[in-house]
Amino acid sequence: MRIGVPKESLAGETRVAATPKTVERLIKLGYAVFVESGAGQLSSFTDEAYAEAGADVVGPEVWNTDIILKINAPSPDEVEKLRAGQVLVSLLSPALKPELVDALAERGVTALAMDAVPRISRAQALDVLSSMANIGGYRAVIEAANEFGGMFTGQVTAAGKVPPATVLVVGAGVAGLSAIGTAGSLGAVVRAFDARPEVAEQVESMGADFLHIELPDGADDSPSSDGYAKETGEDFNTAAEALYAQQAAEVDIIITTALIPGKPAPRLITEEMVASMKPGSVIVDMAASNGGNVAGSVADEKVVTENGVTILGYTDLPGRLPTQASQLFGTNLVNLLALLTPEKDGELTLDLEDQVQRGMTVVRDGEVMWPPPPVQVSAAATGLGAPDATAKSGTEASGRHTETVAKQRDPRLKYLAMAIGALVFALVASASPAVFLGHFTVFALAVIVGFYVISNVAHALHTPLMAETNAISGIIVVGGLLQIDSDDVVVRALAFVAILVASINIFGGFAVTGRMLQMFRKD
Amino acid sequence: MVTTNVVTAAYIVAAVFFVLSLAGLSKHESAEEGNRFGMIGMVIALVATVWLTLSRSSQALSTLLLILLAMGIGGAIGVWRARRVEMTQMPELVAMLHSFVGLAAVLVGFNSFFEPSGGAGGAGGAGAAGGSEVIHLVEVFLGVFIGAVTFTGSIVAFLKLSARIKSTPLMLPARHWLNLAALVVSALLLVWFVREHSVVPLVLMTVIALAFGWHLVASIGGGDMPVVVSMLNSYSGWAAAAAGFMLGNDLLIVTGALVGASGAILSYIMCKAMNRSFVSVIAGGFGQEVSLGEDVDYGEHREITADGVAELLRDAKSVVITPGYGMAVAQAQYPVAELTKKLRDRGVDVRFGIHPVAGRLPGHMNVLLAEAKVPYDIVLEMDEINDDFPETDVVLVIGANDTVNPAAAEDPGSPIAGMPVLEVWNARDVIVFKRSMATGYAGVQNPLFFRDNSQMLFGDAKERVGDILSAL
Repeated sequence: MRIGVPKESLAGETRVAATPKTVERLIKLGYAVFVESGAGQLSSFTDEAYAEAGADVVGPEVWNTDIILKINAPSPDEVEKLRAGQVLVSLLSPALKPELVDALAERGVTALAMDAVPRISRAQALDVLSSMANIGGYRAVIEAANEFGGMFTGQVTAAGKVPPATVLVVGAGVAGLSAIGTAGSLGAVVRAFDARPEVAEQVESMGADFLHIELPDGADDSPSSDGYAKETGEDFNTAAEALYAQQAAEVDIIITTALIPGKPAPRLITEEMVASMKPGSVIVDMAASNGGNVAGSVADEKVVTENGVTILGYTDLPGRLPTQASQLFGTNLVNLLALLTPEKDGELTLDLEDQVQRGMTVVRDGEVMWPPPPVQVSAAATGLGAPDATAKSGTEASGRHTETVAKQRDPRLKYLAMAIGALVFALVASASPAVFLGHFTVFALAVIVGFYVISNVAHALHTPLMAETNAISGIIVVGGLLQIDSDDVVVRALAFVAILVASINIFGGFAVTGRMLQMFRKD
Repeated sequence: MVTTNVVTAAYIVAAVFFVLSLAGLSKHESAEEGNRFGMIGMVIALVATVWLTLSRSSQALSTLLLILLAMGIGGAIGVWRARRVEMTQMPELVAMLHSFVGLAAVLVGFNSFFEPSGGAGGAGGAGAAGGSEVIHLVEVFLGVFIGAVTFTGSIVAFLKLSARIKSTPLMLPARHWLNLAALVVSALLLVWFVREHSVVPLVLMTVIALAFGWHLVASIGGGDMPVVVSMLNSYSGWAAAAAGFMLGNDLLIVTGALVGASGAILSYIMCKAMNRSFVSVIAGGFGQEVSLGEDVDYGEHREITADGVAELLRDAKSVVITPGYGMAVAQAQYPVAELTKKLRDRGVDVRFGIHPVAGRLPGHMNVLLAEAKVPYDIVLEMDEINDDFPETDVVLVIGANDTVNPAAAEDPGSPIAGMPVLEVWNARDVIVFKRSMATGYAGVQNPLFFRDNSQMLFGDAKERVGDILSAL
């Protein structure tokens, strides 16, 4: 089948849906690729480079192909160019633009939304929201640095001491984490806050301080049970506001990334907070397209307040790194087509049984498929999936929810069981002789010592440890030794055998442990 | 009286040494010292016990000779086996040794029944096990039961590990009911035994316990062997502790409890690494009950030659090697170590990623790599290395399968879903060394082999690594 990559028509769009590198991979999947002349110009990819990679560089007839790969949703003009049976792959925001979905259905096309990829680990390779958010977070810091009148890194020079810049990142999704990493590597002191306390570990792993807030007792302090940001409770909001107010007066740069799926962006930084910031401070509002997290931010514009604080509301942050953004977007598209082309024969087959493909399919052959059924995902519920899923399911998510069910066992049950156990033991003990109880005390204490001694053992030493405990359990030889001095021949014989086999254990166990331990070495 | 006090003191010292020994073994730096502490403790305990026995014996000389003879034979066999064993056969040896403890526990238990006074003394010196008759009989019964289960269970584990019998789980019909019936019948026999004070129920129970132990391990699949071995280790400890109770000997109780607890902890760690509950491992039948799901067509795998791998390695900056049981089988640890050395000399960052249940014994891979003189500080655990795979150029998967299966992380319907795995697929290139396209122990197909960044290198791991070495 033929793939067409048209030039993006949206004003200010610098990206392109395929790069020479991804063209090569598309061709390997068996497709013929047609690129509109000049499509890659703004991303620094020349027509010659595409031709060299194996694509045909064509004019407007690029729309006559079977599959259209685009970045942005098609304009009304472009929708007119589509024909029945064609496949369109691009950002579509189907939840926000029902009229576009209807228009596409009318044309009889099949439309796949790159921004409706289910947030499960298998689909990460297709997730343009994550890959774009990553670039956006990086660029936000660069933009802030550009506006900021000082250096990010602290220095002690002959001309005096320069303190490091302090950066506050609000919202630790993909964009937030990326911003944290970038600001940190420029040398700034980075603090971060997120309404989901469970991301604290990820924030700290990026080298930033996670700001915790104290809540009154009994307050619902878990604003997210599903891995996504959601609207927060009253107590929480009050506490968070106090935190922002306090931080605003201290930091030089604020980067906000807080978005809630399907809702206007929450207003986090008020006018008073902006007014309390030092002159020359910079705020980057990455949620400006959805109303903004910051009072006074204007989408796509730079605003300077009366007290000299710069507020950047750019919504095209990924597009400001067009080469990189195109490459990542293009790779996401290649990964999608690889999924859709299992035979690698250039024939696109849509499998609606597959939840990833089903989730992305907005229109199929003129039939509206949106919204898809909820995805049944267990990934986030288990230990492995959780960190990964939460890392990806940033606050800038617009997808659906992956349900996590945290099992909480009732602690009262545990105490009840302990109480019953103690009672039963007391009954047994009251009927036992004192000597037995003495032995039992020794036994119980030894078990506890055993647990604590072994709990921290290095994994690599499990085998030697096992051989050692094996040797030590040969102590049962003591039993044989005490019994061998008997007048009964049978007892004597049995004790003899017992001593013999237990000795194998003792000597063999210690010898083999020693042998193994000698092999472990360090450079 | 003086003798008894001295012996008691010796026992306390020995017990402390055993605790120090186990504590020492939890770190590389102190491990050898830990082993020495263990030996010292054992010597003290043995000398004290022999002295105690002889000091009240009427036939001291013959008893001493008998002891020396038994210990001489046993010791010679033990040292001989320990010297000769290949590191790849470590799991079998450990399993075999466990069975000896079980056997000894059974024998001591019977003796203690035949001649309660034989157990007189211990350090407490309180006479016939110190307690009432009933308590003593229960102790004997339990000791023999645990010992018998450990004995046959370890033998089956040994046979499975040394491939003398098939390692697939034995699936008798209604096997859970069989297990339950064995326990119930044993409990009834205990009542009979305590009432009648007869040897018949004891013998009957021993037979049942032997069969129970055999069946218990026979129904557990090969992939779960690390758990089984450490579980048997734990049992052997409890057997020793039970013997301590029946003889009224605190040293046995302390040591048995230490070993029992440590084995239990290890089993728990293993189970957690596989994301399985302890009960489900013990109940057995992993990899058989689960349906393998529909036959998904994962597409084609790609093959690569040893020269191709050498080419990749030459350009790589960071390499991670994830070995599995296949490396042990092929004895490939030496060429792998050589490859590691060669790459490190070229400035390549080579590290090892070890899954907690790789191999057939906890820590099996670490022992093999240590044998081949791979420095232990580049041998990392799964959790330490999993985050580094995205920055890794080449991953060499040598004889591992289920532990690197992406299905565990991504396919909720997979039988191994939820098991933490080494996320090798995040690396730039993955080379899988494998003999054929067969599945691993869990019987699950591995989508890793069909990934775009995976390539297969078929054949004996040892030969193939050798080929790569010569191509480099």
